[in-house]
Amino acid sequence: MLTLQYIPYHEFSNLGIDEKLRRILKSVREDKIILIEGRLAPTEESELIKRTMQQIDKKFKGIEIASVDYELKNATLGDTIKRNIAHMLLRKRPGITIVGPATIVKEIRKDPRKIELLTMEKKRR
Amino acid sequence: MIKRVGSFFKGFFSIFTKRKNIRLGVYGPPNAGKSSLSNRISKDWIGEEMSAVSHIPHETREIIVKEKITVKSKGKELSFNLVDTPGIATKIDYEDFLKFKMSAKSAKERAKEATKGVIEAIKWLDNMDCVLVVLDSTQNPYSQVNITIIGNLAARNIPVMIVANKTDLKKSDVKRIESAFPQYPTVGISVEKGKNMEEFYEQLFKLLKK
Repeated sequence: MLTLQYIPYHEFSNLGIDEKLRRILKSVREDKIILIEGRLAPTEESELIKRTMQQIDKKFKGIEIASVDYELKNATLGDTIKRNIAHMLLRKRPGITIVGPATIVKEIRKDPRKIELLTMEKKRR
Repeated sequence: MIKRVGSFFKGFFSIFTKRKNIRLGVYGPPNAGKSSLSNRISKDWIGEEMSAVSHIPHETREIIVKEKITVKSKGKELSFNLVDTPGIATKIDYEDFLKFKMSAKSAKERAKEATKGVIEAIKWLDNMDCVLVVLDSTQNPYSQVNITIIGNLAARNIPVMIVANKTDLKKSDVKRIESAFPQYPTVGISVEKGKNMEEFYEQLFKLLKK
């Protein structure tokens, strides 16, 4: 059974990097796929990779991660500026981030605005 | 006032000291051809290779530095220290290495070293003056590892050039890489076949001058 955990933006926005990453890795190590509203900063992503590497062992093989930014289709320059100012004021990084355990999520295929998540096939006995 | 004059001279001379010891990092996911490219650069300009190369992922598991490589272009020359880094990945499973007829013990050891290599590569991002991001042009460029590497370099204001390797292969698609990262110069090459290396060195020279 797959467990999908959704983390809304307001739950994560005020957390420090340590707490954010601790919560992500804790959930992933419990074999949950997490869907976070918003994107992590590049430095948070690289720190997540570092901490993932530190935790790899016999059972935990790492993570699959993808984030996507949604932009308004056919948005005018004015719309884009308004959107960026709004996000800047709210200190929000728009988009979504998916993180899952590598033992369950085989691959996350990504195009600029689309994410496909492929899970492992169960081994037949 | 004296403090200000001192810091002015410090800043003025740092331009020259930085130029003397430019660190050029070679980053990317595993098996994109980072070590092959590093070898090629090293061999072309100082006549010797610097890294071991293998078709098995995570062959480079430590940072390797080749000092004082001088490239020449249009009568000018620039020196740099070339830093070959382990491939950055989000997952490492020793069982993947067993497919290459490796013993379980060696595979586990390789996986352990590979995790340390990824951590080292990320730590070294702060030490780079400019970076070549080597991508396999037959693969989807939108992987999160690529985006994370490039995002981190952008956050640190480090000049970047994208090297789309393996253009000799049928599935190669350099335009897809260009459209994924339009803000960076991209050069399509085949290290193995030595394809388009002249343009690569011209672009490299521009990158080093930034």
